Amino acid sequence: MKFDTPASSNPIDQLKVIGQPASRIDGPLKTTGTAPYAYDRYDVIPNQAYGFVLGSAIAKGRIVSMNLSAATAYPGVITIVTAQNAGKLGKGDFNTALLLGGPEIQHYHQAIAVVVAETFEQARAAAHLIRVEYARSKGLFDLAAEKPRGVAKDDSNTTSKSAVGNFTQAFSSAPVQLDASYSTSHESHSMLEPHATIAAWDGDQLTLWTSNQMIAWAVSEVSKTLRIPKEKIRVISPYIGGGFGAKLFLRSDALMAALAARAARRPVKVSLQRALIPNNTTHRSATIQRLRIGATKDGQITAIGHENWSGNLSGGGLEAGAVQTRALYAGANRMTSNFFTLLDLPEASSMRAPNEAPGLAALEAAMDEMAEKLGMDPIEFRLKNDTQVVPDYPAKPGASDAQSNTAQGAKRNPHPPFSIRQLTKCFQIGAERFGWDKRTSKPGQVRDGRWLVGMGTASAYRDNIVTKSAARVRLDKRGHITVETDMTDIGTGSYTIIAQTAAEMMGVPLEKVTVRLGDSSFPASSGSGGQWGGNSSTSGVYAACIKLREAIALKAEEHQAKAQQAKFNITDAVFSDGKIQSGSQSILLADLAGSRGLVAEDAIEFGDLDKRYQQSTFGAHFVEVGVDAATGEIRMRRMLAVCAAGRILNPKTARSQVIGAMTMGVGAALMEGLEVDKRYGFFVNHDLAGYEVPVHADIPHQEVIFLDETDPISSPMKAKGVGELGICGVAAAIANAVYNATGVRVRDYPITLDKLIGKMPTMV
Amino acid sequence: MRGFTYERANSLAEAVATAAHTKGAKFIAGGTNLVDLMKLQVETPTHLIDINDLGLDKIETKPDGGLRIGALVRNTDLAANEHVRRDYAVLSRALLAGASGQLRNQATTAGNLLQRTRCPYFYDTNLPCNKREPGSGCSALGGYSRQHAIVGVSDSCIATHPSDMAIAMRLLDATVETMRPNGLIRSIPIAQLHRLPENTPHIEYTLEPGELITAVTLPKPLGGTHIYRKVRDRASYAFALISVAAIVQRDGAGRVALGGVAHKPWRVEAAEHDMPRGAKVLTAGLLSNARTTHDNAFKVLLVERTLASVLNEAKG
Amino acid sequence: MTTFDPSRRKFIQTTAVSSGAVIAARLTTEAEAKSVLQPKQVTEPAKINILLRVNGSEHQLMVDPRMTLLDALRERLHLTGSKKGCDQGQCGACTVIVDGRRIVSCLTLAVMQEGHEITTIEGLGTPTNLHPMQAAFIKHDGYQCGFCTPGQICSAVAMLDEVKAGVPSHVTADLTRPPEMNTVEFRERMSGNICRCGAYSNIQEAIAEVVGERA
Repeated sequence: MKFDTPASSNPIDQLKVIGQPASRIDGPLKTTGTAPYAYDRYDVIPNQAYGFVLGSAIAKGRIVSMNLSAATAYPGVITIVTAQNAGKLGKGDFNTALLLGGPEIQHYHQAIAVVVAETFEQARAAAHLIRVEYARSKGLFDLAAEKPRGVAKDDSNTTSKSAVGNFTQAFSSAPVQLDASYSTSHESHSMLEPHATIAAWDGDQLTLWTSNQMIAWAVSEVSKTLRIPKEKIRVISPYIGGGFGAKLFLRSDALMAALAARAARRPVKVSLQRALIPNNTTHRSATIQRLRIGATKDGQITAIGHENWSGNLSGGGLEAGAVQTRALYAGANRMTSNFFTLLDLPEASSMRAPNEAPGLAALEAAMDEMAEKLGMDPIEFRLKNDTQVVPDYPAKPGASDAQSNTAQGAKRNPHPPFSIRQLTKCFQIGAERFGWDKRTSKPGQVRDGRWLVGMGTASAYRDNIVTKSAARVRLDKRGHITVETDMTDIGTGSYTIIAQTAAEMMGVPLEKVTVRLGDSSFPASSGSGGQWGGNSSTSGVYAACIKLREAIALKAEEHQAKAQQAKFNITDAVFSDGKIQSGSQSILLADLAGSRGLVAEDAIEFGDLDKRYQQSTFGAHFVEVGVDAATGEIRMRRMLAVCAAGRILNPKTARSQVIGAMTMGVGAALMEGLEVDKRYGFFVNHDLAGYEVPVHADIPHQEVIFLDETDPISSPMKAKGVGELGICGVAAAIANAVYNATGVRVRDYPITLDKLIGKMPTMV
Repeated sequence: MRGFTYERANSLAEAVATAAHTKGAKFIAGGTNLVDLMKLQVETPTHLIDINDLGLDKIETKPDGGLRIGALVRNTDLAANEHVRRDYAVLSRALLAGASGQLRNQATTAGNLLQRTRCPYFYDTNLPCNKREPGSGCSALGGYSRQHAIVGVSDSCIATHPSDMAIAMRLLDATVETMRPNGLIRSIPIAQLHRLPENTPHIEYTLEPGELITAVTLPKPLGGTHIYRKVRDRASYAFALISVAAIVQRDGAGRVALGGVAHKPWRVEAAEHDMPRGAKVLTAGLLSNARTTHDNAFKVLLVERTLASVLNEAKG
Repeated sequence: MTTFDPSRRKFIQTTAVSSGAVIAARLTTEAEAKSVLQPKQVTEPAKINILLRVNGSEHQLMVDPRMTLLDALRERLHLTGSKKGCDQGQCGACTVIVDGRRIVSCLTLAVMQEGHEITTIEGLGTPTNLHPMQAAFIKHDGYQCGFCTPGQICSAVAMLDEVKAGVPSHVTADLTRPPEMNTVEFRERMSGNICRCGAYSNIQEAIAEVVGERA
């Protein structure tokens, strides 16, 4: 199904099942420990051996020698795979560094060997016996030091530079100016399930039970890396213990398991040990950002400039913190630049809301600083500069202007309208709900016992991405619907919203829908990432259901003809209560399925509506913090997010997406930072004691309000993504609240007490 | 984890004797620190003596009004003990500020005292560490050292002792009772249990090889206001940046010990007479020979501010 | 008060030598290298026969003494509900209940748990016969990816028993009185169970509901 005109009224609008706060259909499995995650799959194939991955002890250089003799001789050891005996390997398009290093080493903890043994204990002990001699070479590990050598270059997703009007002149002549620099830290996804895979070969056929957000990408990347045809690869990933971007791509667990299983000639299971996660896998790059905002005295932005520096290995992508600044606020003169800085740290890649999460941490703090200079309320300042068109819309990377014109041949609109933008409403509702009028604009005024109390707010903004997604839907003779798609559920609620979509479309109760996900033998979906999954994958299911409805209607026609009943009018057919109905006639779906059932498969394919309109999601965050007047410890007291993100397919699971993102935002604001040892070139705090993420005690009750919104330009579901919107702006809202509480502006995240106490009033 | 043999000890004397004559033997009780370090091969015992069945898990009042705490009393039970809550509240508070509910259910009194540092370079066997590999160098010096010690440090090591409980024990002048390999009992004042790193940071305690802590005793209650203030980035389940344990009497006199600043619980008795003079003077006395790094220099001010807050709180 | 001058550090001098040039760095000690050659390092530790009592059933197992309780449950008994999130006692995903108390099963050895009554998530309830805490997690969406969930639920069940038994916590205002059954207490007490998806607010709703039902 091609989606190239805005959706009109369709069966989804009934909202009998979809749009309702259904509990997750996978809940009984997840809460009883019976949902099968990758490393749990003892049942899928017998005789599994254990693989233990050894990571490089240096960040950059070469392996001079590897002595495997003691490890090989260790009891229970079956085989050891290194770059020397792995055979010739390719590299996946999405990987920057090789997943198996050696002799050249590209980053700390790059996998250099997998030891396979009969038991986990044996594999681990033997791995410690591998003796490696390295030649260490000099590397670049310090973003701040390398920043002057940063270059503005596009990556596959992002145009690095843009400009409208004359920023320099407008900024220098602006009556009120802000020029401030901010930084965000390297961050680790730190999902609770480490990357894990069981690999088994049957002749030249490889099966991977793994934990991966993007099944079709995984197949294609395995194919490129192992240099085997895609048809020989099956990837199965029905349950994923968190991803947040860390499992978008093929990672070393899967490759090492596959290589190990091939060498051992039996199935091998591999789970990366926690201490490998920050350095072996990917992380979000730190950023350094410079914000310049010029405005008239009454708060009209006349110039806005945002420059952003991030680091990565050669060939890696950007953490493009300046991108949302092209779209969020009005202003006639503007510029953005995203600079790539070469670093020899582990590979940087996407983490929840790449670009916007760190970008808004800076922009939205700067907006508050500017509001204060103007003597304006921070919300008033933002709303004054609201816009219904995109102020700065550069061509996509690599596209000539002609190529980026729409399919209809219309010239690329340099200022496309937003499909729907209700940012102002988010702030208005939020301000009232949160009691924003009780905020004192002068900082450091509110005290509650030991605590200095402050409120903060920030805009949330994240683009809505739509992408092709296919599904297969089957009706069986019990009237039961089964949906199959390689879509993944990484905690997002895919199982449930897909079941709700199918139930709504086919007119059956939720209990009569079975959803099977995460298997490359199913039709290829959008997968999970970039908050595109929920909207795109349910649209794919919608498309398949439309096809199945047509097939059922045809059967109904035949059925009526056979029974010599009045002709069934397909065009006004309604699917409801397990029946297809037309006028006064109705037939049970079960009766039309036949013994073999009816199957339909289709994909949603998106036209150019996302070029003619800017599709984005919006929100407003409100937080209240307490700062210990003595120690500078910061604790969250209240949190509210108001979100405008199209139709909410399930308010219960969508709310969870938002509170989860808010929680990760608290981490980024207050505690998360991978600390670089600039001599050795690695992240030092590479476990969950050293890299602190929020715990229960850090998170107060969280409130989420969704605006009642539909976006027919986005998809037939009229929905948008919401999983990343929730993190966007949270860090800045907290920084603004800390400032409001203490009068101390910290521009370097995370905001830890050591950055505050020197500037707070002395204790007596 | 290297291979080891395992036994469950049935008698104290036997356990101590076995430990003394078995090279590479270690006692295991809660296991929360040892098992973790064995996985990384930071600890490589060849023989484990499980002492959980030795009945060292009683808390008894002593004739002098003090308390005798068995070495194997779990952290949860010690914190929940009614005598401790009433008379040694700082100890209860310190225990409850540490680790998590699960870990406190496992961890023991003696094990907590003997916890090893959480320095990330000690944990990462790819990096030099004098504590792990004597003579290899200290990676924390010149490296990431925000959590590290600021007093009592040496050129060999700037690691901290991670325990909260031990800070309160030091404040309370606890005494450690041990059984030595020869079967004899001895008492070690807690001030003498932990060592400063000097140039032998791998030797952390004054215990002899095979010597087993059997109990910790507390002198009779001191009265006063008991406060344990742990300062950390996240609200729970995190090691201290610094912590302050204090007992303050009505007249402002009292005692104070610091955590998160040294290789051992940090207490300077001579500085305590300055308590009534306020936090600044007290801090100067407690941290007089501080040697900080770029990353942890903030701890000096943090100690001062936290002490000020604690002294204020004690005033009521 | 002095600050360390890194330029005087021996280590830094070594690094300086390596700048630009390439040096060989041996990252193992002689002691470690030698120990490899010792025959005792390449012999298997003798397996030990143990009787584990899990969810009311007894299991006779020959285990490597190095095997953690977590690995024994998962790899030998195939009770895979308890998860290995970190294997370092830093996440709580492996929480099980032993003799009524919650512990992290990754930091105890299977051989140490003979004679104890172990309850895992599988012993609390099943998809068709849910424990009230499991049902409350579903109702309040107290999970997302589900990986930390078994640990959260085991922890929550045993945590409530701790409060009932009068065990105080870091946030208990008055140590001389029994702790209160409230969310401030529950948040502190559940902090040993990390949920990276950030379902905390909903988990607290679930626990509060179970407490309400009990009360």
